[in-house]
Amino acid sequence: MKENEALAELSSIRSLMERSAKFISLSGISGVMAGVYALIGAFFGYRIIYQSGSDLDYSSHAVNNQLVITQLSIIGVVVLLCSIGTAIVLSTRKAKRKNQQIWNAASKGLLIHAGIPLITGGLLILIFLYQGYIEIIASTCLIFYGLALVSGSHYTFKDIKWLGCSEILLGLLAALMPIYGLFLWSAGFGVLHIIYGLIMYYKYDNSK
Amino acid sequence: MLEQFDKAFESRIRLQIMSVLAANESYDFSSLKDLLAVTDGNLASHLKALEKEDYISVNKSFVGRKPNTRYVATEKGIEAFKRHLESLEKLIRQQK
Repeated sequence: MKENEALAELSSIRSLMERSAKFISLSGISGVMAGVYALIGAFFGYRIIYQSGSDLDYSSHAVNNQLVITQLSIIGVVVLLCSIGTAIVLSTRKAKRKNQQIWNAASKGLLIHAGIPLITGGLLILIFLYQGYIEIIASTCLIFYGLALVSGSHYTFKDIKWLGCSEILLGLLAALMPIYGLFLWSAGFGVLHIIYGLIMYYKYDNSK
Repeated sequence: MLEQFDKAFESRIRLQIMSVLAANESYDFSSLKDLLAVTDGNLASHLKALEKEDYISVNKSFVGRKPNTRYVATEKGIEAFKRHLESLEKLIRQQK
């Protein structure tokens, strides 16, 4: 074997190891927890809307009270922070248990590719809030979150891609029927997360 | 010096399979096929060869009703892979 052959071999090994690596420490239970937080958040969301005098109606005319919008936004942010926090803590723990690094080529890829649609969506939602396009916010959350999952799924379990597609579908439905926005939001962030979290838990976390 | 190179890794595809399995907890057949861009038969024969050396182990299970074959590098396989990498590095250093 010649020197340059050995070099070519080594660089092909390195690139394959980086390209193939998937972030497999993603915890299934953290998905379930995110779903539970979202359902709790949605429950308080319903109550706030209900108490504001409108009858469970998530449409433009029902939710135009500034206080209600602020409260709903705060709930959304709290749910998001709790979900991200739980995912980081549980995934770090899972990585440690499986003797893997939490910060590697795969988790970086996941962060960048899921982060771009996620941050775009977040900024868009802020703009919509500012402009008063309240009725399409639930739909925007779902669609951009779904896009983030699909684009990040290359770096982790393939199942994430289907979760992403389902979120996008629900998001489009929510755009068609803004009245059911909060209901579809709960289905997407609550129910789907719990289902997928359980599937991932039994498929991957449970082994060994 | 040549005897340090593992015969099992003489084929580049086998070495590539080991690289993927060393970086991942497990990998399934179809993803491996896509990644390495090889045919079913070719990949299967190389996997069989590595399995014969006890460098990889095969986990057959079902996901729903679909059969799912996952490959895992054994400790012996990882050791052999590391030794092979060291010999490659040594070769490069010696010729510098």
